Amino acid sequence: MTNWSDKTLLSVAMLKPVLARVAKMVGVIIAVAIFNFFLVHAAPGDPALVIAGQAGATDEAYMARVRAAYGLDQPLTTQLTGYLRKVVTLDLGYSYRQQRPVAEVIAERLGPTILLTGTAFIISLVGGIVLGGLAGVRAGKFSDTVITVLSLVVYATPVFWLGIMLVLLFAVQLEWLPPFGYQTVGADLAGWALWLDRGRYLLLPAATLGLLYLAIYARLMRASIIEVSHQDFVKTARAKGAGRSRVLWRHMLRNALLPVVTMAGVQAGTLIGGSVVIETIFAWPGLGRLTYEAVLQRDYQLLLGIFLVMSIVVAIFNLVTDLLYRVVDPRIRSV
Amino acid sequence: MKPALLAFLRRPSGVIGLVILVFVVGAALFASAIYPGNPWDTVATPFTPPGTDGLLMGSDSLGRDVAAGVVHGARISLLIGVTSTFMALVVGVLVGAIAGYSGGRTSSLLMGVTELFQSIPAFILAILLVAILTPSVATITFAIAIVSWPQVARLTRGEFLSLKEREYVQAARCLGESPVSLMVRYILPNALSPVVVAGSLSIATAILIESALSFMGLGDPNMMSWGYMVGTARTMIRQAWWMSFFPGLAILLTVLAINLVGESLNDVLNPRISRQ
Repeated sequence: MTNWSDKTLLSVAMLKPVLARVAKMVGVIIAVAIFNFFLVHAAPGDPALVIAGQAGATDEAYMARVRAAYGLDQPLTTQLTGYLRKVVTLDLGYSYRQQRPVAEVIAERLGPTILLTGTAFIISLVGGIVLGGLAGVRAGKFSDTVITVLSLVVYATPVFWLGIMLVLLFAVQLEWLPPFGYQTVGADLAGWALWLDRGRYLLLPAATLGLLYLAIYARLMRASIIEVSHQDFVKTARAKGAGRSRVLWRHMLRNALLPVVTMAGVQAGTLIGGSVVIETIFAWPGLGRLTYEAVLQRDYQLLLGIFLVMSIVVAIFNLVTDLLYRVVDPRIRSV
Repeated sequence: MKPALLAFLRRPSGVIGLVILVFVVGAALFASAIYPGNPWDTVATPFTPPGTDGLLMGSDSLGRDVAAGVVHGARISLLIGVTSTFMALVVGVLVGAIAGYSGGRTSSLLMGVTELFQSIPAFILAILLVAILTPSVATITFAIAIVSWPQVARLTRGEFLSLKEREYVQAARCLGESPVSLMVRYILPNALSPVVVAGSLSIATAILIESALSFMGLGDPNMMSWGYMVGTARTMIRQAWWMSFFPGLAILLTVLAINLVGESLNDVLNPRISRQ
């Protein structure tokens, strides 16, 4: 890999699987759009009712307007191609409840959700690797038992209940953190002060969401460390006289991390699903809270839009982790 | 079967799980005997703390007995957990078996669909399905099955892929057994134990999804459920912690018990894998 031609060759060889992944991602998004379309038509009752979110169920003239606006009087295939064409141009329909285009409503909620799930993801991954690694290295000792039992319990805890209990402890009893919200209302902060304030509000929901996945990664990391420690290359490293910490950091950790990173990529979809209940509890103004509001108001058009956008977010995340994985593990490139 | 039972009982975590599970199943079966009458009825002064007026877990904001709700709530959790997992197992095993046995284009098509289902946010899909099809036991069960089957399909496919090359299967094929007979009578029985373990753990996940759905207000309006109880009590956490604490604890213990039993089952049914 010393001269340029090798590098270009390598990048061309890498480009092909990347393109395949991007094509797969586009396929997922199209499939979700088609699924959305048929769900509206498979729902009991008039599809116009689903689109209008039962807002004007009694108003026949209004329903006729909805039918005409969405071309519900046309053949199904014409409707489907029309719908897909709209999705491509990011036209996700109109929310009659919010009296605004769905795409606009979703766009302003996307940022907080990415902030929340991103923070939770980092907390869970770092915490899980550290605690799981610790438990794995000290397998059979007391600290291992404590970490294992705790992760089992957290893994079985409904995330919404965990959130409520943490609010009870840290916000109501100890009064360390605010119980809900996004930032102090009317504080009129800017710059660092604003982000520090927002961080205080972010900590509790992100920790709640992260804790569940932390438990999963910790269990996985523990098993992974134990498995790696029995492998030949580790025995070789020990036999040639490498110190304990060198064997752990240079030989075991890198290999033990791989299954955890794979799992983390797969879990992205459930992480964003978990944000729905977390944002509901903590009044976090993201897509999850919006989902709850849409459910309460029976705003199906908005719900369909959220599902599509969240699928896109997850697909992009999976793509990124997949590409990162290729960088981390050189063996995959040749496959 | 006896050594298997002994192996199971030797693990303390599995026994603990089994004991908790017996209590939960008992609560579900005998709910009407333990707490006769409708759990939705007002029986006490609202906001009664636990331990007073003969109320073990207090009363909620409408004066309903929280303990009665917790006992009756076991029914819907177990019902939906078990039936949705059963549906997911049927679909998952069918898809996985065909994909694993046939290979080629059928396999890549089936696995493409499976992968598609795995790459969309499952809980949002469940919310969408239940909301649009209107909440009921049937739609909730259906929605949870829809998001649970892909895992079973992948697992079954893997088992079928490795088992179909075994000599005993080849021998049966040479004897003229039909593909259906090979799949059902020869491969399936040997592929079943990891599927059973995955199924038992999947019940726990299904219960968590059901509770989250009813927490969101998407539960069956006719059945008392733990998620619903936590959902309606969450805004009153400052005044009345017990209203959300006990139903949530019930979910936690049930899911924990099923996971413990499932893992012990794994050690018994797949000894080679778990001992590694």
